[in-house]
Amino acid sequence: MIRLENIFWSAGEFSLRDVSFSVPEAKYAVMMGKTGSGKTSIVELICGLRWPDRGRIWIGDDEVQYLPPARRGLGYVPQDGALFPTMTVREQIGFALRLRKRPEKEKESVVGELAEQLGVDHLLDRKPAGLSGGEKQRIALGRALAAHPKVLLLDEPLSALDEDTRDDVADLLKSIQREHNLTALHITHSGTEAERLADVKFRLEDGQVNEVRDGE
Amino acid sequence: MRFWRRISVFWTLLGIITAAYVVFIILLLQATAAYSSPEHMLKALDSREIRHSVNLSLLTCSLTSLLCLLVAVPIGYLLARSRFWGKNLVESILDIPIVLPPMVIGLCLLIFFQTALGNWIEESTQRFTYTVYGVVLAQFVIGAAFAIRTMRGTFDHLSSRPEEVAMTLGCSRGWAVCLVTLPAAWRGMLAAMSVAWARSLGEFGPILVFAGAARMKTEVLPTTVWLEMSVGNLEEAVAVSLLMVFFAMAVLVTVRWLGERI
Repeated sequence: MIRLENIFWSAGEFSLRDVSFSVPEAKYAVMMGKTGSGKTSIVELICGLRWPDRGRIWIGDDEVQYLPPARRGLGYVPQDGALFPTMTVREQIGFALRLRKRPEKEKESVVGELAEQLGVDHLLDRKPAGLSGGEKQRIALGRALAAHPKVLLLDEPLSALDEDTRDDVADLLKSIQREHNLTALHITHSGTEAERLADVKFRLEDGQVNEVRDGE
Repeated sequence: MRFWRRISVFWTLLGIITAAYVVFIILLLQATAAYSSPEHMLKALDSREIRHSVNLSLLTCSLTSLLCLLVAVPIGYLLARSRFWGKNLVESILDIPIVLPPMVIGLCLLIFFQTALGNWIEESTQRFTYTVYGVVLAQFVIGAAFAIRTMRGTFDHLSSRPEEVAMTLGCSRGWAVCLVTLPAAWRGMLAAMSVAWARSLGEFGPILVFAGAARMKTEVLPTTVWLEMSVGNLEEAVAVSLLMVFFAMAVLVTVRWLGERI
């Protein structure tokens, strides 16, 4: 579960005012909003990359607004994947396990399984340069999943992809969320993506988040 | 006819300007080289004083470039990634060594070490004025300013997103920088070191004022050129100048080659 309670945050002219919403356990939520409406800021607040001026953030049973990003137990996939430029795909996916000092054997097996599931096992020794947008997003997803997060945050994961790849990655996101029983928050400006993926829909407008019921 | 149509006036003009500038530099070097001869070069290299000056120059420049990198990486990162009150002022202060005449930097160093704080530093650590340590410090003050600019530009061009993702995966900010950002910034680090090295090799004014021009003690290559010229040994001065050109070219070509290989 992800829950935001009365979050206030501002940077310069822009502000989020009294934002409250909740994504139920193991549901796929999509938050829609125009460019510049503050969607990414909400993801960054949940990640711990920005701190709210006021309010509370819950991930599962833990109140996390004062925890550093490393201790929030979430997986984050930014818009362009943001792969580590000097690491091979194998190193990227195994990064979280390396930080946790897991045995080499366990690391190899987790990386192998995820790479196969995401269809990037043939790229394990490649570096990010020269990979396609779809491949980068799959690898970024694998990197986030390796740490066994409770929550997955996806910041416009499909917006930089061409139409065919977008469909493939969208199907993959939904199946991964179901298979790993994850609570997911997907940020997008596209209503079509929301229709296709969402169990729960939100709209961010004028610094406020409202749930969108079916038919609205 | 088709060939002439494909030639754009714009690119031709740029080509002419570039060629004129490159030819001008080559002519300068060629005229200097023509003034000397292999015999003069060998004679210069045979001199104990000049060999000492070559060794001291290579040693101090290498040490200085390492020190500059140690300072430039954290400062460059701070300037590129954070906003704080007085940032413009800090940036302007960091640029002072670039805009001040080098001789004035030497004078400032000399005066600083006459103050109570300067005296205390010299008494509790190491004497800098008129010593080899002073040569390194004088080179460092100017080299670091250029290295900081290079590192700031490098971090400006590297997205902070991968670092932030690393933080969500379990890293502290410091670890994320070490594991993700610094490996991605190695080309910039190499460039910062080579800029600092090249600046240090050519540094003369602050070294003359702050560390002196004592033969076989604080004499680096630019000092040798000046000392030889001041006693009328123009041939030796030219030979040493050509040595400096050779060293500078060797380092810059090696760094560029390394940059392309790694």
